[in-house]
Amino acid sequence: MIEIIRFKLNRKPMQLTGDGERRLLWVLRSDIGLTGTKYGCGEGICGACSVLINNKATRSCLVPVKEIKGKEVMTIEGLVRNGRLHPLQKAFMDHDALQCGFCTPGMILNAYSLLLEKPQPTEAEIIEGMNDNLCRCGANVRIVQAIQSAAKEMRGGGRG
Amino acid sequence: MKEDKSPNLERKNGESPFLLTRRQFLKAVGGGIIIFFSCGDLTAQERRPPGYQNLPTDFNAFLRIGANGRVTCFTGKVELGQGIVTSLAQMLADELEVPLDAVDMVMGDTDLCPWDMGTFGSMSTRFFGPPLREAAAEAKAILIGLASEHLRLNENQLIAKDGVVMDKSHSGNRVTYADLVRGKSIEKHLPKKPPLKNVSEFTIVGKSVLRKDALAKVTGKGQFAGDIRVPGMLYAKILRPPVHGAKLKSMDTSALQMDKGIQIIQDRDLIAVLHRYPDGAEKALSKIKAEFDLPDAKVDAKTIFNHLLNVAPEGEMVTQKGDINEGERIAREAFEATYLNQYVAHATIETHTALAKIEKDRVTVWASTQRPFGAKEEVAQALGIPSQKVRVIGPFVGGGFGGKNENRQVIEAARLAKLTGKPVHVTWSRQEEFFHDTFRPAAIVKIRSGVTEANQIVFWNYNVYFGGSRGAEQFYDIPHHRELSHGHYTGLPGAHPFGTGPWRAPGNNTNTFARESHIDIMAAKVAMDPLEFRLKNLSDERMMRVLKAAAERFGWRASPAPSGRGFGVACAMDAGAYVATMAEVEVDQDSGRVRVKRVVCAQDMGLAINPEGAKIQMEGCLTMGLGYALTEEVHFNGGRILDRNFDTYEIPRFSWLPKIETVLVENSGIPPAGGGEPAIVCMGGVIANAIFDATGARLFELPMTAERVKKAFQRR
Repeated sequence: MIEIIRFKLNRKPMQLTGDGERRLLWVLRSDIGLTGTKYGCGEGICGACSVLINNKATRSCLVPVKEIKGKEVMTIEGLVRNGRLHPLQKAFMDHDALQCGFCTPGMILNAYSLLLEKPQPTEAEIIEGMNDNLCRCGANVRIVQAIQSAAKEMRGGGRG
Repeated sequence: MKEDKSPNLERKNGESPFLLTRRQFLKAVGGGIIIFFSCGDLTAQERRPPGYQNLPTDFNAFLRIGANGRVTCFTGKVELGQGIVTSLAQMLADELEVPLDAVDMVMGDTDLCPWDMGTFGSMSTRFFGPPLREAAAEAKAILIGLASEHLRLNENQLIAKDGVVMDKSHSGNRVTYADLVRGKSIEKHLPKKPPLKNVSEFTIVGKSVLRKDALAKVTGKGQFAGDIRVPGMLYAKILRPPVHGAKLKSMDTSALQMDKGIQIIQDRDLIAVLHRYPDGAEKALSKIKAEFDLPDAKVDAKTIFNHLLNVAPEGEMVTQKGDINEGERIAREAFEATYLNQYVAHATIETHTALAKIEKDRVTVWASTQRPFGAKEEVAQALGIPSQKVRVIGPFVGGGFGGKNENRQVIEAARLAKLTGKPVHVTWSRQEEFFHDTFRPAAIVKIRSGVTEANQIVFWNYNVYFGGSRGAEQFYDIPHHRELSHGHYTGLPGAHPFGTGPWRAPGNNTNTFARESHIDIMAAKVAMDPLEFRLKNLSDERMMRVLKAAAERFGWRASPAPSGRGFGVACAMDAGAYVATMAEVEVDQDSGRVRVKRVVCAQDMGLAINPEGAKIQMEGCLTMGLGYALTEEVHFNGGRILDRNFDTYEIPRFSWLPKIETVLVENSGIPPAGGGEPAIVCMGGVIANAIFDATGARLFELPMTAERVKKAFQRR
């Protein structure tokens, strides 16, 4: 069914007209051209396609676009504000928390959502919160460190 | 890598610049100082395909210093996550005396970069590094020569630093590289080896630096093959058989006939639907009704090993010394065991992807591949055109581990682009990835060995079947040994029911699991501490050094196994590096579930170009290795692949993470060894040995799933 879908994408109003059943991942990547959101498994298992919907990390490969009506969607491209990297992005760089980089956008956005919920996570909470995001290169140890360090940075007056 | 500030090397008359004459080439590049050099071993050079015979055989990489002072290195290698975009740039910058950020890497583009065999085998730093440094040293020598004329000073009075040549005694008397290069056009082949800096003189090499690709990758701007967009492109979905070896019997596409947005292509074995959106193509594919003739399943996870032994060819000698029969005679006690491992997938998070575009008679393909130049040949062959008409561009690759040596998706995209006349994008679904992956093969290792009264290993009779020879070489001090390798990891027709191929450190995971388990079995039988037993049977100092380094960090205290502590040790050589790994595990006695609590890995890799980068690779290896050790096996029945996604094929997760500690054993006087693979090879053996130490149960098959561990309990 053809629908008009109004929502906010990376803080800007957006309007789409089309089949509301289509999955957000493909609309972002092919219609809108935001390719930072990656396809990894198509069934919500790996987390490479994670985006924020109303600040909650969500698997965009499972979300029909009609469900984002009136909501705020943020992709990895929206995380840089006024030319400044988000503390998580900086921490991922500083801690070398990536190798091939394919799972990285999903990791960062999932961590973003996790830190909103738990600004002072324990290591165990980080591991639990990140457990359904898969990294094949094995950058996991550094990703945990990066999230810990970003959390500290954000609590210390950085923006959240 | 995406910020290509290199000169425009667009083809003239549709030809790659490497088919132009030298003069034309230099003009096309736009002047500056260019140093041609060759990297890799010469045998690799000889293996270049016939179509490349017209190409220069005396170089396969070059660097250029432009009039803006920027330095560009052109190489056919690709960045897969292993960090060479950074480590190669470090070596170049250090030797040339320019800041790291003055270096641009242009990688994996068959038009801009000279021929290269491919990115695998932990070879980039090892074989590319030395000639790259020499080329940089040569460029620096030319710059100092130019500066000598410019400043009217003797060369020995000059020093180069940060892209400037200056008078040693009056640093204000100086000239920049950019000023020296401007208006010049100097082309030079690397002559006799120029003198290189000593390790102690390095200012960039050996230092941990920020990855050059990090910013692009944390902002989502880094482009992978699937992120390239060209006007008018269509997304293709390809009809796959349900089983390897199945034949299409009938097909009904009537459900798609009313849909104008869909294009259906049938060309011999290739049946595809195309749509302007990827999900549109996927939906269309699901509406095709196809029936296949299915072959009978001949093998499964249990029968595969006997089948492989039956079809295995004669063994090829890997290493040999002494006389096995003599060893048998001297031995006090003999040990015989068979070790198995199941098929393992590469399971990169980025699936195989390609975008092909044809303009007039020229084909451009963006591909997730470890072998851009191989893909170029394969596309030319598939389309029946000269390879000079094909350009393959390898952007960032989302993981390879050997799986992206296989370029099937590249051919599919190119054929479909030709058939439709439009640019065509192919991204395999996760299910297709599990179906068409070239798995690490199921393999068998049989070992018979013996020890003397003095607990010396006196003979070692080793046969590996279909695993590959890498890692079968003997490094223990054994007077009588023979290692034979039967069949390659790529298999033989009729051996495997589906494709197999190289998987991170191909062969070595299989061989090290078997060897290190077997060593432990002997140590346990003679009631010796497994570390002590290894040291007693080694004379290779580098191996002993990494074992001791691991033991020191781990806090190893000697005890024969099983001690109940769950401690394991294993060591190996791979890609020129020495590795020793120790692990602590906890085994649930009811479920058989294994949890790895701690892993310590010591590695001697010669000179570490980027120590932090090297440690990251080690951590990656150790983490990834948990998977093939504990859970990863491709479930199959004949040619049917039962795994379709990460729900049944379990790869390591955050919650599996042990405490990981890495130790780089300093050895900077030795040229760099490989770093992307060595640390993974001990993971099967070290965990098997730790399980034995914890429980007294010995595992002979990878992966060591809870079920197999429970079965091993019953054998105790």
